[in-house]
Amino acid sequence: MNNLTFGITMLVVGMGGTLATLFLLTLIIGALVAFFPVRPTGKEDK
Amino acid sequence: MADSILSALGALFEGVRFLFAHGGPNVIMIAVACVMLWLAISKGVEPLLLLPIAFGCLLVNLPLSEVMGAGGILRTLYDFGIANELYPLLIFVGIGSMTDFSPLLSNPRLLLFGAAGQLGIFITLLLALALGFSKEEAVSVAAIGACDGPTVIFVSNMFAGMNKIPTAMVGALAVAAYSYMALVPVIQPPIMRLLTTRKEREVKMPSPKGKVSRAALIAFPVVVTAITGIIAPQGLPLMGMIMLGNFMKVSGVVPRLANASENEIANIATLFLGLAIGGTMSGSQFLTRETLMVFGLGLVAITIDTVGGILLGKIWYLLSGGKVNPLVGAAGISAYPMAARLVQHEGQRWNKHNYLLMHAMGANTGGQIGSVMAAAIMLSLLKGLGVI
Repeated sequence: MNNLTFGITMLVVGMGGTLATLFLLTLIIGALVAFFPVRPTGKEDK
Repeated sequence: MADSILSALGALFEGVRFLFAHGGPNVIMIAVACVMLWLAISKGVEPLLLLPIAFGCLLVNLPLSEVMGAGGILRTLYDFGIANELYPLLIFVGIGSMTDFSPLLSNPRLLLFGAAGQLGIFITLLLALALGFSKEEAVSVAAIGACDGPTVIFVSNMFAGMNKIPTAMVGALAVAAYSYMALVPVIQPPIMRLLTTRKEREVKMPSPKGKVSRAALIAFPVVVTAITGIIAPQGLPLMGMIMLGNFMKVSGVVPRLANASENEIANIATLFLGLAIGGTMSGSQFLTRETLMVFGLGLVAITIDTVGGILLGKIWYLLSGGKVNPLVGAAGISAYPMAARLVQHEGQRWNKHNYLLMHAMGANTGGQIGSVMAAAIMLSLLKGLGVI
């Protein structure tokens, strides 16, 4: 594989892969936060 | 008798003789070490690392020094923790312990800035290849764009261990990476102002919504490790260690381990790593055209990282109808928390009522994950392409 092919492959797949993985993580983190919501700690005042 | 005294005296001045005969590169590197010491002490430029690196550089360049020879102290430190990538990984455990991911969890979309902030890595890789670096050298140089010293050392040293890049290059890369991390407050603001309009810089962003539960904070490092490990297993040591450090911190059940990771372990690893990296900066091997190119490409990498983050910020600004301040994108690099503070400072410069810090912190921690992920993906691609 010549350097140009290697570089373009790394740019497209590397940058694309990083973006895709982090996008996947944003979805997973969103789901995680929704799945584990903050619970109220104290009782409400009467 | 006189001959014996004279030859004994001659032995004492052997170093001076060497200095005059072949010591040009050593003298230059001693001067470089002194400049680094001055920067660390007087200017506060990454002193934790620059000071031991500079001292290691000084030790190895003194005439007839054997500190990097077989059994020498710096060689021992190098073999103990650089050759097998132990020190950068221990530092990563400490970084994980020091990092608060809650701003990112309260607005996960900020993680995308962490992806855009890695653009410099891949563009620099292309440039390095065009300048004649080998594939492994180009990947090592490009890793400076991760804005993350331990990642650069981890990646480059892996290739040095395979004899694919010269050992001296690891030192040049590490110094370039840490120098540019320290120079982020100088490099980024002009780019921020150049790429954004005053109207964009003045955009006020509301405070992030709500708190994040402890359960989510605990689940986060485990989930991130698992997902990223499956996608890019070559980067598992990097991501695994940073997430281990964070997991120990947020779990709250091992405060001693978390504190030790954040303090004693990270400090010892930093000292040993700095000295050993300094030891690779021997004048005869360090003063090359490639070293100069490494420094030039490092600057390009961090500049393009910033451009990538801000451009995504501008796209986001347009898509959100002007609700996102594009400056936040500049924090999508790994220099934590410096880049986030810089965004806050720059935002307030244009609008005194603007508080971008929490958004920038989210983007900045996203940059930490992004940089490790980019390195992990590069290593996995290299394996997939049969380069390593």
